[in-house]
Amino acid sequence: MTVVEQLNRDWQRFTPLRRLSRFAFYLCAVAALVASLRTIEIIPEFLYDAPEQMVDLVQRMVPPDWSYLKPTLDALVETLHIATVGTVFAIFMAVPIGIMGASNVTPNGPLNLLAKFIFVTSRSVNSLIWALLFVAVFGPGPLAGTFAIAFRSIGFTGKLFAEALEEADKGSIEALTAAGASRPSTFIMGYWPQVRPAFWSIALFRWDINIRESAVLGLVGAGGIGVALDTAMSLLYWDQVAVVLLAIFIVVVLAEIIVTSVRTKLI
Amino acid sequence: MRQDTALAENAAPQGAPDPGALVLRRLCKEYRPGVPVLKDIDLVIPGTGLTAVIGPSGTGKSTLIRCINRLVQPTSGEILYHGEDLAKLSGAALRAARRRIGMVFQEYNLVERLTVMENLLCGRLGYVPVWRAWLRKFPARDIEHAFQLLDAVGLGGFENRRADALSGGQRQRVGIARAIMQEPNIILADEPTSSLDPKTSVEIMEILSGLAAERNLPVIVNIHNVDLARRFAARIIGMTGGSVVYDGPPGGLTESHLNHIYGGESWME
Repeated sequence: MTVVEQLNRDWQRFTPLRRLSRFAFYLCAVAALVASLRTIEIIPEFLYDAPEQMVDLVQRMVPPDWSYLKPTLDALVETLHIATVGTVFAIFMAVPIGIMGASNVTPNGPLNLLAKFIFVTSRSVNSLIWALLFVAVFGPGPLAGTFAIAFRSIGFTGKLFAEALEEADKGSIEALTAAGASRPSTFIMGYWPQVRPAFWSIALFRWDINIRESAVLGLVGAGGIGVALDTAMSLLYWDQVAVVLLAIFIVVVLAEIIVTSVRTKLI
Repeated sequence: MRQDTALAENAAPQGAPDPGALVLRRLCKEYRPGVPVLKDIDLVIPGTGLTAVIGPSGTGKSTLIRCINRLVQPTSGEILYHGEDLAKLSGAALRAARRRIGMVFQEYNLVERLTVMENLLCGRLGYVPVWRAWLRKFPARDIEHAFQLLDAVGLGGFENRRADALSGGQRQRVGIARAIMQEPNIILADEPTSSLDPKTSVEIMEILSGLAAERNLPVIVNIHNVDLARRFAARIIGMTGGSVVYDGPPGGLTESHLNHIYGGESWME
């Protein structure tokens, strides 16, 4: 290699084609931003007095109406019940479907597909829609909320449980098969010990999510603290709304702390 | 007493029927059609003693041993054992045959999150109903046997340790004990020492061959290490390219045989 060739060596991060496609991507992004700004019809008058409105709202919230604490706490306990019982129901339904969906435990294509279909159905419907459905079935109240939470959670817990099963070490399963173990025995002594930490972690994580989800179910009449929030907001009692929001905030933070500490002990 | 019977059986004249023998007839395995890994293997493995299978990596040693307990489905051929063709079994009959075939693995294949005792009791899963496995209510006889085996492999007092807290050599001792818990008629060992250091390898082979000899169990071992094979085996099977190219006593294995099995000479110097 001559000196001239060495001096003329050049290195660039992107090939010309990649540079062109990156430029095209940025161009499209800017075009999309401009197009959307022109269609969403922002009303400037509302935007101008937004800060005043916010200050007004906060002023109406303080001081909170502490006399509303008793009904709030009752509703809060109901919310915790909905979240907890709903999670337990969900797990009872999700474990068999998760086993059905794990291709190594259930080597049967159509059954795996059926399980995935159930997971997608459960996850694609929002918990508020599930709640509307169950309010129609059971009437308004915590039972509808519990079922909404349970059906909404099957997809999440089942899918993660199936994935944990599929990641289980093949070697130990092979050893149990070689010892003549039946499928149920292989599951009990081979798969379950391996997925147990993941199982409890998934269950706790979902419980944490469900506490937050069940707080809004009351908006459609499915029980819990959402009912108290809805009532206070409809009557424009912002000092009561403040109490409810504070209660939800504290419970969510507490749940987060509990879940994190239990999880570190499990794993 | 058992040793004496073993000797008597070994001394039986050639050609006499050996009831514990494992007979492979025209055994073939193709993972992809047209690419055979095992090519028409014909072997008679006697009902006693340790048989070592040597050969380069990828030559079908593991496939051969896994065909016997059907962890791998043979493409064609027969595996005759105690009057049954293992190649044709399925369902409950296959499970019943498997529980009489102990297996030791290269990577130990213990259930890492279970204790040593639970791993040993896994060897009984072919015999006990699932509810006993779930509640860990194994028969007292099995637990007593497990304690005896732990002592025999030098792991007395380790019963409550978790498998993932053990060293490689200790794990393989558990693996051997688990295989013997099955009360097998034969033991298959797939590269049992390949993940271990040289000293531990010798210890593991001593335990394996010792326990098998006490129980008069035949053992088939896949092994990379020719010296270990020579030292422990009563018989050596050399494989290369999916075929058996040597079958005889360790004393008859010459350098030219090894050349044929492994190819080239420079590695032996």
